[in-house]
Amino acid sequence: MALRAGERKSRWLVSGPPLLYLIAFFALPTLIMVLASFRSPGEFGGLAPLQGDDGVLDLNLDSYARFFAEPIYAQIFLKSVVTALLTTVICLLLAYPLAMVIARSPKRRRDMLLLLVILPFWSNFLIRVYAWMIILGPQAALANGVNWLLALMGADPVSLLFSPFAVLVCLVYVHLPFMVLPLYANLEKHDQSLLDAAQDLGASGWQRFWRVTFPLSLPGVYAGAALVFIPALGIFAIPDILGGPNDSLIGNLIKQQFLETRDWPFGSVLSIVLTIAALALAGLAAWVGRTGGRGQGGRRA
Amino acid sequence: MRKPSKWLWAAALFGYAFLYLPLVIVIVYSFNDSRLNAEWVGFTFDWYKKLFDDNEMLAAAGNSLLIGMVASAVSTVLGTMAGVALHRQRLRLLSVLVLTPIAIPEILMGVSLLIFFVLLNFTLGLVSVTLAHIAFCIGFVAIVVRSRLAGMDESLTEAARDCGATPALAFRYVTLPLIMPGVIAGALMAFTLSIDDFVITFFTAGAGTLTLPLQIYSMIKISVTPEVNAVSTLLMLLTLAMIVAASKLSPEIIQSSKETSS
Repeated sequence: MALRAGERKSRWLVSGPPLLYLIAFFALPTLIMVLASFRSPGEFGGLAPLQGDDGVLDLNLDSYARFFAEPIYAQIFLKSVVTALLTTVICLLLAYPLAMVIARSPKRRRDMLLLLVILPFWSNFLIRVYAWMIILGPQAALANGVNWLLALMGADPVSLLFSPFAVLVCLVYVHLPFMVLPLYANLEKHDQSLLDAAQDLGASGWQRFWRVTFPLSLPGVYAGAALVFIPALGIFAIPDILGGPNDSLIGNLIKQQFLETRDWPFGSVLSIVLTIAALALAGLAAWVGRTGGRGQGGRRA
Repeated sequence: MRKPSKWLWAAALFGYAFLYLPLVIVIVYSFNDSRLNAEWVGFTFDWYKKLFDDNEMLAAAGNSLLIGMVASAVSTVLGTMAGVALHRQRLRLLSVLVLTPIAIPEILMGVSLLIFFVLLNFTLGLVSVTLAHIAFCIGFVAIVVRSRLAGMDESLTEAARDCGATPALAFRYVTLPLIMPGVIAGALMAFTLSIDDFVITFFTAGAGTLTLPLQIYSMIKISVTPEVNAVSTLLMLLTLAMIVAASKLSPEIIQSSKETSS
């Protein structure tokens, strides 16, 4: 259909401003960061001049080489991936019963139960981290209880706060709603008569779950996994507040490069590696979710 | 309807307890008459009084409100435009630009904006934080507005056009009133996101500017005091009011959180 000139203009009036804003304050900064990863660090932090004294563009792969040359960075990166994976798995275990109960509640109660899952997610992120400082703190009941048990077994007392344990618990806490939502969205669409059919054919509760409900929910599982894994991979505030000195993750390393060491090119390299890893895994999850869903005969609404 | 079993309910209740217990603890200790967040000593409002005598905290709260209001106003306008554009036209670039900031780890947007502002010699402060907040709020508003439009009967707008209304008039008098609850919900959501943001603010605020989350961060890095509990409790109340209002206005909030996730 041919558009009238006025129509076309009015379309640009609508889509133009947000497009320009996002190009200026999202796409452009991202491109500048990509470019920065090929530049040299400045003498006093930041970036060295783009053109050297000889007028030649100073672009190089030094910062990338550094990432691959020093094993400590690969180690921290690997630790971040493992932590994010663990977070994802624990979130899945906690989210599944929640999503199932909500999906199988009467319709009028569902939105309320769902809102109850979303609400904590809307309270301030730092408050939710801070709450765990209190719960895991050395004077709190939990630490006293754990250390009393350890003393009974003749072990030395431990600190729950400032440990990898604290980081993991809080990561799970902060990301749990991201897993519940897509799982619920999937489970809600399941055709209950499939379960009745399975039951008529003599399947036990467990069999019905593992052979009907779970395979059908895989698209939701993959979507939730991506939503938890990606932010968990880039987190810096949680290890910063609840972790010990050795619990730094890739997010902390990035923060350090930008605000403390002020080595922008290397910080940019770390950020790009993080983005690529996150997007690659999300793409993988989306792809597996689509094809997996089709293979299982799952429907997409 | 197949009823969830007792075991399933027990597991779900554990999930809910896990979600809410930490927040309850923060609130309870904000009324505790002790410097330590450990034993219950007695009821007090002292921490709240202390909060309102804390000039730094009040200044930070003022900054947060100012940034939140400007950022939510601008991002609501831009986000609504983006939502309408995405609903009516197939715009690949716009949809990528709208959705990516939501999908990638926040820290990436924080550091890239830091480089961007510093290279432009743009002073880091209230303005740079506000510009950054607008950038990440647009997507959330756009998604809510778009799902509102998806649930709406577009033939009404077409009827207005057939009756001779210009696109602008049809939008102003037909489409906009119909999607208004979604727009307001989006605005409330943007305000909440802005007030709560820590990561992107942390990188774009520079040394001198404090927002409420930055102030909370520097307090808990030094020591844990019930004053943090008090400010947290107030902030939670504010957010709760915003989100409940938003979801009452527009169930799209819940719908769209589902949509973003699938």
